[in-house]
Amino acid sequence: MIDPSIVTRFNEILGQENVLTQKEDMLTYSYDAAVLDAQMPAAVVIPGSTEEIGEIVKICHEHRLALTVRGAGTNLSGGTIPEVGGIVLSTGRLNRIIEINEADMYAVVQPGVVTAELAAAVEAKGLFYPPDPGSQAVSTIGGNVAENAGGLRGLKYGVTKDYVMGLRFFDARGNYVKTGSRTVKCATGYNITGLMVGSEGTLGVLDEITLKLIPAPQARKSMVAVYNTIEKASETVAAIIAARIVPATLEILDNFTIRAVEDFSGAGLPVDAAALLLIEVDGHPAVVEEEGEKVEALCKKLGAASVNVARTDEERDKIWAARRSALSALAKLKPTLVLEDATVPRSRIPDMVRALQEIAAKYKIDIGTFGHAGDGNLHPTILTDKRNTAEFHRVEAAIEEIFDKALAMGGTLSGEHGTGLAKAPFLEKEAGYSSILFSRQLRKALDPDNILNPGKITGVSETPSN
Amino acid sequence: MSNMNELANLVKELEEQLVTCIRCGMCQSVCPLFEQTRKESDVARGKLALLTGLMDNIFSDPDGVDERLNRCLLCGSCAANCPSGVNVLEIFIKARAILSEYKGLSPAKQIIFKKMLANPGTFDTLVAWAGKFQGLFTKPDKNAQGTSCARLVSPLLSDRHFLPLASTPFHREIPDQGLRKSGKKMNAAIFTGCLIDKVFPNIARASIKVLDHHGVGVTIPSGQGCCGIPALASGDRETFTRLVDHNLALFEKEKFDVLVTACATCTSTIKKLWPAVYKNPDSGIKQRLEALSRKTMDINQFLVDRVAPELGDAQGSRAGETVTYHDPCHLKKSLGVAAQPRQLIRAAGLNLVEMAGSDKCCGMGGSFNVYHYDLSASIGKLKQQNIADTGCTTLSTGCPACMMQISDMLAKAGTNIRVRHPVELYAETI
Ligand SMILES: Cc1cc2nc3c(=O)[nH]c(=O)nc-3n(C[C@H](O)[C@H](O)[C@H](O)COP(=O)(O)OP(=O)(O)OC[C@H]3O[C@@H](n4cnc5c(N)ncnc54)[C@H](O)[C@@H]3O)c2cc1C
Ligand code: SF4
Ligand code: SF4
Repeated sequence: MIDPSIVTRFNEILGQENVLTQKEDMLTYSYDAAVLDAQMPAAVVIPGSTEEIGEIVKICHEHRLALTVRGAGTNLSGGTIPEVGGIVLSTGRLNRIIEINEADMYAVVQPGVVTAELAAAVEAKGLFYPPDPGSQAVSTIGGNVAENAGGLRGLKYGVTKDYVMGLRFFDARGNYVKTGSRTVKCATGYNITGLMVGSEGTLGVLDEITLKLIPAPQARKSMVAVYNTIEKASETVAAIIAARIVPATLEILDNFTIRAVEDFSGAGLPVDAAALLLIEVDGHPAVVEEEGEKVEALCKKLGAASVNVARTDEERDKIWAARRSALSALAKLKPTLVLEDATVPRSRIPDMVRALQEIAAKYKIDIGTFGHAGDGNLHPTILTDKRNTAEFHRVEAAIEEIFDKALAMGGTLSGEHGTGLAKAPFLEKEAGYSSILFSRQLRKALDPDNILNPGKITGVSETPSN
Repeated sequence: MSNMNELANLVKELEEQLVTCIRCGMCQSVCPLFEQTRKESDVARGKLALLTGLMDNIFSDPDGVDERLNRCLLCGSCAANCPSGVNVLEIFIKARAILSEYKGLSPAKQIIFKKMLANPGTFDTLVAWAGKFQGLFTKPDKNAQGTSCARLVSPLLSDRHFLPLASTPFHREIPDQGLRKSGKKMNAAIFTGCLIDKVFPNIARASIKVLDHHGVGVTIPSGQGCCGIPALASGDRETFTRLVDHNLALFEKEKFDVLVTACATCTSTIKKLWPAVYKNPDSGIKQRLEALSRKTMDINQFLVDRVAPELGDAQGSRAGETVTYHDPCHLKKSLGVAAQPRQLIRAAGLNLVEMAGSDKCCGMGGSFNVYHYDLSASIGKLKQQNIADTGCTTLSTGCPACMMQISDMLAKAGTNIRVRHPVELYAETI
């Protein structure tokens, strides 16, 4: 329960229509895209300006109220599931693109700007904002920065952290902090910008975000290579990188996913293929031409049964439509979908793919695997029905084994979806206790009352588990 | 408040459909309402969560959920874009029915649906009277859209510019026993639909002319009732079912190959909702409804795909006229019909220019427009802006309800753009 006097203050600051407290509304801010139990906040506040964010944080600080920021709520790690009885701050109204600076190639945005809308606005000026999470049609820049989101273009263009030049945010005490700058280089002070990227709302509430833009590539070429063993596909990935070619995207689909996509869209994919690689090279037309041919030759040399190069924009669109429909196609098979993003060094992709197939067989569950082969970031997607408790227990055990396998190969629990609640209990396995301790001390110093998104990332336990 | 357990049990009927939502939030990018309000309860994911909440019996009364559930245009944009294939519209419609059966319909809706709409004869008589007296209360705008606005400030009409009722509804133009014209090719029965009958008789005339021209026989039985969507959207499954019975009996008496309608909403209702939402169907009636559903087709699609596949472009032969086309949600998102109306417009020699977001909802949403006019109008304003930006002289769309909403928006903005159904435009040329 929340003290009515606090609600009155929120009302005064934000206007009644931007403060929600009814149980029905609380339910709709109790979940995100992760398969985790929902938790109801006590109030949802929807600020429209920097000043209003500041006031909200100050009130939470004063009353030691837990505060969880919510962008689009599409994260897959439970980062926006609030603390019971806490406050949710929705950035829905903070959706203004403040500036797109063509001369200096940067953009300044409010945190609630939708990723695809920024990308389109930038593209209209001949510039390029590369990070493209699969959720970009709805995800917000604030959420992308807080999760350090990646996408299909991560291999060549990097992820969100590579584009954040500067930030403005409110810390746990309600102080307004400025970090970074609008210059390409900036060497003053700690790299607080870097610290904030991926902090999942635990270190501050992001307000203004300055993002680096780059010139749009002039040309691109896409192709599909078909393989009858997944090993050959993975070897091709390694060979392309070894040939010093960095495609803009290099995606893999396993047989399970190929069949699902084909059933769903009838795109004409080879359902017998063990794996497909979808590859796009981009850049200067002459380079694209040359690299395109080299990639095609490499695919064939390493045993591709066929390589299909898109000759027109329509053919190119068809290739990427098939990739984009992977998740939809899998999602339609069973009610519950657990999308993991265990990531391994790319040379270990064949081992990881094999491990996933073994895990699926061992636990008798369905796993479709697709993902960013080029950067080692796979998306084993587990299909289940959460109501089937026995099966769901097997799913949970399988997830743990996936984590263990990825770590044993020198990988990470998450390539892009973050830690949140879902992976907090496993973080120590990856980073070790000292790392958790360091993070907790940092958090404690900056947020002594544990207001900012409690329970996320660094978990709850205070002692080492082993 | 009566027993919420009982309601929870009723909602369980939807469980299998509700669990398919994976809470991914992708519906946010296409929901016209969410674009305006950015509130989670206004988008499909939030509403589905609320229904799951009802099922899990976590509320002490159903009003809050009911109220939020009704803030929805039923445009189906979310369903068309949902990676998990959640049948959002069917869930919402069934849920509205469950809730209003549980709570009871409001007295006003009782009168409108049970006493008026459910009895096609009474409804026709009432509307005919209204048509005669409307001049007393409204004044024509003398604009390109032919709208009127209220003479007196009326809370129901607010500052709408609405299309007046036709002086004679279309059904009065056809013989008592209905119209039957034989044709050389196949036979089409026409379901006229309330808005075409009472506001846009010209669309019905144009449809007959076009079918006739292409040698298709036309059957229009008289005494047709409403397709039932207004009742259904308000949760009145009983009136809906009565109307389905009435219409089914009427059309089953006729011989025809296809049932065509020029109203996107009627088509999608007959094709999808008649078989899916009929109250307590036995297997016999289910089969009959499915058989009719298979025979039902949008008129643009029927003309282009089945009647005159050779229909070529006569692009630009009507110089100076440019048309932009709005995709009605019920046509594109529900039935996947988008190319055919455009083909008809080009075949009419008109220069077709695409607007930005041609398949974005116009904001009408049936009763949504009545209960949430301000929201409806702000969504409509975006549409109006996109239309105006094309510099067109005519807006064309395949749904009379969209035509009303867009006419209101264009009239408000003071533009000279006229509003026509593709079939009307095509009929002008033959
Ligand atoms: C279908 C689908 C596909 C996806 N594909 C990808 C993908 O390809 N790559 C990828 O990286 N992710 C992907 N994701 C995950 C998710 O979309 C990303 O993590 C995204 O960045 C979340 O953005 P959001 O606006 O929804 O943030 P939310 O989910 O609302 O929030 C995410 C985290 O950020 C914090 N936060 C949000 N705004 C602020 C702020 N202003 N200040 C401080 N903290 C804030 C929240 O508290 C939370 O911890 C996908 C998700 C789905 C459902
Ligand atoms: S897009 Fe579909 S599955 Fe995703 S949240 Fe919306 S309704 Fe649910
Ligand atoms: S039907 Fe339309 S208005 Fe309703 S939730 Fe879906 S997209 Fe939004």
